[in-house]
Amino acid sequence: MTQSRREFLKSCGALIVSFSAGSLRVLSAQSQGQFGTHPSHIDPEKLDSWLAVGADGIITAYTGKCDFGQGIFTAQSQLVAEELCVPIDRVKLIQCDTSVCPDQGTTSGSQSTPTNFNSESLALAAATAREALLGLAAVKLGERVEQLTVADGIITSNMGRYVRYEELIGNKHFNVLLSATAKRRSSRDWTVLGKPIPSLDRTALMTGQFEFVHHVRIPGMLHGRVVRPPEMGATVVHVDEQSVRSVPGLVKVVVRKNFIGVVAETQYQAALAARKLAVQWNPGPELPSHNSFFDHLRKQPSHDVLSVDSRDIEAQLAAASHVIRAIYTYPYQMHGSVGASCAVAEVKPESATVWSATQSVYPTRSIVAKLLNMPVDTVRVIYVRGSGCYGLNGADAVSFDAAILSQAVGRPVRLQFSRQDEMMWENFGSACVVEHRAGMARDGSIVVWDREDWVASLGNRPGYDIPGNVITGMLLGYEAELPEPRSAKAPGGKFRNQSNTVPSYFAGCVAGGCGGGGTIRSERALTHTVRSPFFTGPLRSPLRIQNTFANECFIDELCAHAKADPVAFRLQHLQNSRVIGVLKAAADAASWQARPSPMANFSRAQTVSGRGIACVAYEGDNGYAALVAEVDVDLQTGTVRPKRFIIALDCGPVSNPDGLRNQTEGGILQGMSRALVEEVTWDNRRVTSVDWETYKSLHLDSEMPTVETVFVTPADRPATGAGETAITVTPAAIGNAIFDATSARLRDLPFTPERVKAALLADRGARA
Amino acid sequence: MKKITLNVNGQQHVVAVDPETPLLFVLSDELGLRGPRFGCGMAQCGACTVIMRGQVVRSCVMPVSAVGQDEVTTLEGLGTPEKPHPIQQAFIEEGAAQCGFCLSGVILTAKAVLDTKPDASDQEIRDALGGILCRCFTHTRMLRAIRKYAEAIRA
Ligand code: FES
Ligand code: FES
Repeated sequence: MTQSRREFLKSCGALIVSFSAGSLRVLSAQSQGQFGTHPSHIDPEKLDSWLAVGADGIITAYTGKCDFGQGIFTAQSQLVAEELCVPIDRVKLIQCDTSVCPDQGTTSGSQSTPTNFNSESLALAAATAREALLGLAAVKLGERVEQLTVADGIITSNMGRYVRYEELIGNKHFNVLLSATAKRRSSRDWTVLGKPIPSLDRTALMTGQFEFVHHVRIPGMLHGRVVRPPEMGATVVHVDEQSVRSVPGLVKVVVRKNFIGVVAETQYQAALAARKLAVQWNPGPELPSHNSFFDHLRKQPSHDVLSVDSRDIEAQLAAASHVIRAIYTYPYQMHGSVGASCAVAEVKPESATVWSATQSVYPTRSIVAKLLNMPVDTVRVIYVRGSGCYGLNGADAVSFDAAILSQAVGRPVRLQFSRQDEMMWENFGSACVVEHRAGMARDGSIVVWDREDWVASLGNRPGYDIPGNVITGMLLGYEAELPEPRSAKAPGGKFRNQSNTVPSYFAGCVAGGCGGGGTIRSERALTHTVRSPFFTGPLRSPLRIQNTFANECFIDELCAHAKADPVAFRLQHLQNSRVIGVLKAAADAASWQARPSPMANFSRAQTVSGRGIACVAYEGDNGYAALVAEVDVDLQTGTVRPKRFIIALDCGPVSNPDGLRNQTEGGILQGMSRALVEEVTWDNRRVTSVDWETYKSLHLDSEMPTVETVFVTPADRPATGAGETAITVTPAAIGNAIFDATSARLRDLPFTPERVKAALLADRGARA
Repeated sequence: MKKITLNVNGQQHVVAVDPETPLLFVLSDELGLRGPRFGCGMAQCGACTVIMRGQVVRSCVMPVSAVGQDEVTTLEGLGTPEKPHPIQQAFIEEGAAQCGFCLSGVILTAKAVLDTKPDASDQEIRDALGGILCRCFTHTRMLRAIRKYAEAIRA
């Protein structure tokens, strides 16, 4: 298997990318990477970097956006097949290998579709290739391009003469640049894109044949384990190598500053050695109390940013007929991949190869080079899929660890984390607290809204040069990216809402222009970023889900005060036509009854039902969703049972409706798990949610609601991201439905039965 | 090190390993099987599931020495890409996966329940899936595929 992998890579590398050591360095010095990336030796301006036609007519395409279960492999294959007019089985997609694929940075942030499916990068390359082939065919057939048609990889003139792609260019370079004017095929003519093509990995997955990074095997390969500190900030005093003397097959104990790992002949021996190794640690600092963490957060020095500030907040609040305040909290949560992260590294004196499930092959290559002290162009990172990651799970750290161990023993090493290594040290989704104040006019409309949030942050993706952003780097003595304390400057430039800090109902007026989605002109959104005691990093819908939970529940509070219908009240304060579009579509599909919340529940039943809605313009303009949740609440036990979700989604033209439905269902149910049960816990020394007993997730026996998905597709809009939109609105929709059912407002996630019962009690108390 | 004979997916293998080695490591490292995978190593997630004597077993916590003569069936032992087992076929048709890492637990557990009790109710099937984790939350499609398989074997 290893052999065939190497053969295969060699042949496709030789096919289109000329990378002799000499030319490699020259090119990397001159070509400036696009996508905000570092320069790569594979020039994204050149068509040959993206696409090649083989002598057998197979189209090989090279992409820097990789599939970790979200379906982008199939969708990109469809894209290439569509633009080149060939059946999908004639496309071979190579994803994320730093030796043959262009540097497209990180596959994240719902950016793959906007980047590769509109009018640049892979889409532009495929369109350029079709036009180049037509040009070649015109010469060969002695016809004008307008006389030619393409189907099935064959170009035919209206005289009936024809030529195949491979006869024009099989195994040869195009030697052209991407053409900025190359035309995408119109979505009206699509025959492959836009169709629910079954994901290409299905059969291999279901029959257990699929190769995950966990299955990569290299001749002579050893197995590693890491020995992490017992708590954040602990440092090594002494490593007692004698303690593992008796472990058979042990090859080496590797210690570099506070990084410790063991390497052995087998996985079992490595695990045994890791367990037995006696290490004396200096303790780290005491942790802030979990119970009062959000108060703690609000008192810390912070890095402050104003997204918007109309500078009339206090005056408007003072003048308002009624002022409402509320504080929302969102806990740290985990990526918690089912598979413990794994990587395989083969480090030789002159070169290194890492098989990695990272979302960022090029940045990972840079960091590995730095940690191994090797020139970056001697390192190759090859993406092989891991367990679904939902953002920055342990995949980057384990890749660095494996490389360090391999270098230390001079042999290939496969390293897999233990469950605890994974869950104690991953970069959690940030905890945050949001405080709202809003003033209402006598007619029940919102005149002023102020919101301030505190976000816990430490580290991030390591990018190209910050190893300290994840645990490995920290153990090796590198610093993490830190929020430098500073006070906020007046917002300037263009209005941006990357993290959905600003509710959709704000006018979003900055420097004379108003880029928000709504009508509220007395507006302020201030973010305090505070040093987190744990690593944090992007977790599916990073900060967008936290902020949307707080914003979309609070508007519901205002709406309830105005005794208005939640859909009508939102519409009254909205201007963004696409948010309005999804809101109406979701309400329609759910047969939404216009009435205020809460529902007047006079029954004495133990279980009550309610419905709630929430909407978002993801990142301000990268996808639109509105979600209706219907839930049951057991008043005795406090259990919340979502029964039905109806979502309307607008992400422009849909590449693969089946894939998008799958992503949307998964996103909503993951959002439901995060809303109901997921929370990182700790005591005064260390994280205590380190396995599936202590970190809750909805298992397969949980009662699952139905999910209905409606696509809203306005004409002639570019494609946006879609993998994170649905999850973003889920906690808020559930919270609003609980309120509708019970008249109790839940402001702290997750909505555990204890919290629900406490809220019910408080609500009864308030009304008594 | 000890020589141990294992019957896996209809084939006999002799491996030389520490008898305490979890069956999972032997299946993946010695026999090169890809179906059972390491998720937690603590019997909490199901990613390492195999079938023995018609029952699901978590191979991450079973020492290889405890297997004995029992036939071990892994996900790839059910069917092949050319000829998938009907439950695999149902999963293929429903597209019941995202990353797919969890599938051994999901497919083999559902199969084991329905093999012992073809008329198991939805509730009974769900109960059996209690210790299985899918963090991509493909639950809806998976349950649909399982129902499809159940209907097929009842027909
Ligand atoms: S790996 Fe065996 S149950 Fe999780
Ligand atoms: S499909 Fe990814 S964990 Fe189940």
